Amino acid sequence: MKYGILVNEGPYQHQAADTAYQFCKAAIDRGHEVFRVFFYHDGVNNGTRFAVPPQDDRNITVRWTELAQANNIDLVICIAAAQRRGILDEGEAKRQGKDGNNIAPGFRISGLGQLIEAGIQCDRLLVFGD
Amino acid sequence: MSMLHTVNKSPFERNTLKSCIGHALPDSAILLIEDGVIAAVRGTAHEGTMRDAMNGRKVYVLGPDLMARGLSTDQVIDGIEVVNYEGFVELTEKHDKVQAWV
Repeated sequence: MKYGILVNEGPYQHQAADTAYQFCKAAIDRGHEVFRVFFYHDGVNNGTRFAVPPQDDRNITVRWTELAQANNIDLVICIAAAQRRGILDEGEAKRQGKDGNNIAPGFRISGLGQLIEAGIQCDRLLVFGD
Repeated sequence: MSMLHTVNKSPFERNTLKSCIGHALPDSAILLIEDGVIAAVRGTAHEGTMRDAMNGRKVYVLGPDLMARGLSTDQVIDGIEVVNYEGFVELTEKHDKVQAWV
């Protein structure tokens, strides 16, 4: 089956990013496809490569990148939510006149249409966090 | 096919569990995750609410989230089934829609 995932909460604050990750892993282990994970609201903070959590803690961003690269998952960050919170890719940094970008490998910035498309194309759409 | 409802907040914190129960149809299932697992514990003020919810519906609780909160499967209300993440995925296979109550 084809799964779409929506993550609405940032890492390390509530459990949503962890639950979503564990769910994706379990779904893949059962032979399903995770088509896209869409990060919305504070969820966009999952996609910064500048976070440095303690070494004995999980690195939520790196974990997403590795899972996405191994299983061809499309990690999409909402552009409006990202701009408010300072998550930028190279193109956006240039467009907004900022001196750098911080998006993590495997993530890309796009619009809400990507969430709608996931809802249409996937057999299931699961929401994590509020 | 029916709907799977997920509840991720403790009933002591928010009233989403009650909202969920108020909307969930008889053939649907409810899965308690994250802080929602508190509702599955026997002997709390919300046990009655939970037993009402189980009337005609199947209720599940995510085991790893119980463990993470120092709760054991022995403390779970009889009739609530404990599942792991694989069981969570299985529930989303069986039910054609998933509604998150947050």
